[in-house]
Amino acid sequence: MSQQTHAAATQLPWQERLRATPPTRIVVRIAIAALALFVVLWVLVFADEALVKEPRIFFRVLLLGLTLAGLFFVVASGFTLIFGLMRVVNMAHGSLYLLGGYFAFDLQQRLGGGSSVSTLGFSSAETSFWDWFLPLIAASFAVGVIGLVMQQLFLRWNQGQELRQALITIAISVILADQMLAHYGGLAEELKAPTSWPTSVNVGVDFGFFRLVVLASAIAIGIGLFLGIHRTRVGMIVRAGVDDRAMVSALGINIQLVFAGAFFAGSFLAGFGGVLGGTMISLDKGNDTAFLLNSLIVVIIGGMGSLGGAAIGALALGLVDAFSDIYLPAQWSNYSILLTFVLLIAVLAVRPLGLFGRPA
Amino acid sequence: MRLERPQLLRLGVAAGVLLILFLAPLIFTNYQYGVLGTKILWLGIVAASLIFLAGYGGMVSLAQTALFGIAGFVVANLVVFTGWSEWPAVAVGILIATTVGLLFGLIANRSVGIYFLMITLAFAVIVFYFFGQVTKFSGFGGVNNVSAPDLIGNPRQDPAPLYYAALIVSLLVYFGIRYLVRTPFGLALQGVRDEPTRMRALGYNVHLHRTLAFGVGAFIASLAGVLSVWYNSQISPGSIDVSRTIDVLVIAVVGGLFRLEGAWIGALVFTVLDDQLRGETTRFNTVIGIVFLVIVLLSPGGLVGILGRVTEGVRRITRTRSGGSGEPPQAALEEP
Repeated sequence: MSQQTHAAATQLPWQERLRATPPTRIVVRIAIAALALFVVLWVLVFADEALVKEPRIFFRVLLLGLTLAGLFFVVASGFTLIFGLMRVVNMAHGSLYLLGGYFAFDLQQRLGGGSSVSTLGFSSAETSFWDWFLPLIAASFAVGVIGLVMQQLFLRWNQGQELRQALITIAISVILADQMLAHYGGLAEELKAPTSWPTSVNVGVDFGFFRLVVLASAIAIGIGLFLGIHRTRVGMIVRAGVDDRAMVSALGINIQLVFAGAFFAGSFLAGFGGVLGGTMISLDKGNDTAFLLNSLIVVIIGGMGSLGGAAIGALALGLVDAFSDIYLPAQWSNYSILLTFVLLIAVLAVRPLGLFGRPA
Repeated sequence: MRLERPQLLRLGVAAGVLLILFLAPLIFTNYQYGVLGTKILWLGIVAASLIFLAGYGGMVSLAQTALFGIAGFVVANLVVFTGWSEWPAVAVGILIATTVGLLFGLIANRSVGIYFLMITLAFAVIVFYFFGQVTKFSGFGGVNNVSAPDLIGNPRQDPAPLYYAALIVSLLVYFGIRYLVRTPFGLALQGVRDEPTRMRALGYNVHLHRTLAFGVGAFIASLAGVLSVWYNSQISPGSIDVSRTIDVLVIAVVGGLFRLEGAWIGALVFTVLDDQLRGETTRFNTVIGIVFLVIVLLSPGGLVGILGRVTEGVRRITRTRSGGSGEPPQAALEEP
């Protein structure tokens, strides 16, 4: 029996066979291939002795990649949540990210009581935990509300017209980007982490403490979303809504309410990511584009609408980003963006809908 | 052959428009208008490449600016740094951009609708970062002092030759696309747009048609890329960043995403708005974003769609009937 199916399988063209293979196995294969390629390249090309012979640097870069992946995941999970349920590609997601960061920045300055935050005096201002945490929550909430308003005003009555909705969100992102430039200028700003937190901790190597906070929040959000979607009644409705909207509303569930909730949550996550990113890296005028791109790549790799896919995609993107920055030889490091492109091609060539993507 | 009244009317309008276009440098002797006219034409060509893909192939591509930029950067690099003469550089630039376009098409051809939009946007941003990072080809300063061939001369001194070049290329693109969509390839492409499954069942290679169409789109965009480099005498990553990409999308949507003429009409509206508003307000992008939003919300067919509706209304009143025009359907934005 098993031999028969095996024989049948070998007769299928390779695309068919591939489609018949479960995604998990493909993930494993790609991971192995990527790892193998990486090791080969490392040995052949990266002959920089100091880097190769220092495992601590490797560990550090690994942590950098993981924390970056955490940030990408927080932002992209909101994107994929909205898409998965409503088939809305929110092209304004990057703008919401940046907006969240800027809101928090404003609020932090107000809370700081006019202390010299903007002049970047390192020790002049104390930032208490609440000076950071309150802006985080308030800004994320505000961005969530903005997303909700956007959905109710513009997207709700265009449901099912995917392209039109995408164009609407593009228009909104243009307006938001220009308004943010008007209000916050083109200079990079930085949110301050609580001063009571250490700058760096020793986890084998000295590593930025806040980056670890980001990683931890990403993991917490990931687990929370997973449990929320798979273990609660609301999550059950959301999952049912992904599969068959009409049936869910026929069962007497107010699907519009669920949509509104999902849009709020997705935007909330974008704003939350913006505050984390603004503290971990900085806030700058190009960030909306950058994080829209990151979210797009993460979900294109992982598969639109899949939470697990977003996690895998974020990991892939974060690690490629971090490792290519450090480990590419100097004369090649300018080309690191091509590695992201190669990653995208590699996945799309094998799985046009992403690793965990399912046809609509 | 006897022409019916609507056809005569259309011919008359076309002849009038052509006449105005060819005499424009003589009418608008103001230097600034001459320059603006050229910009409208090459922006229209980029938008036309997008409208060709969207209207006839069902692929709304955001990668057109990137392909446009690749052609521009190749030409600029070859002329300025390698010292090639202009025409071979143009040929190589267009060739490379078209090849890259085919490669993009090869990767993205299995995706449709918003997936396609997202993947091409990712391409566009990657190309932008590529030219921003790779100092060998550009870096953030871009490539400056790119000279145009003798035939064009220096557009800063005399904009007319470049204007005519852009006009001729625009006309070639316009009529070329109109011809192409009537060939068996073009008809099959429209079949692929509407019913990919049936086309596959009929034995057509759906992916191949999409890829080739994307290559054609890349070719058209690269023509505009070359013109824009001559026009600006420089190119930088700023010429192909996301806001430029969105500008082209705005032009196409404002003009009417599914009508070829819309490309140049949208470019006209955009450029004139740009020119008039930049002096008045520093928040030009907000204005353009709001215009874009209103158009998308109210009229999926863009300005050409509004014009079409008006003429349709007039026609209904005067009860003149005309035959099918062979244009792509208006439904368009309301896709499955």
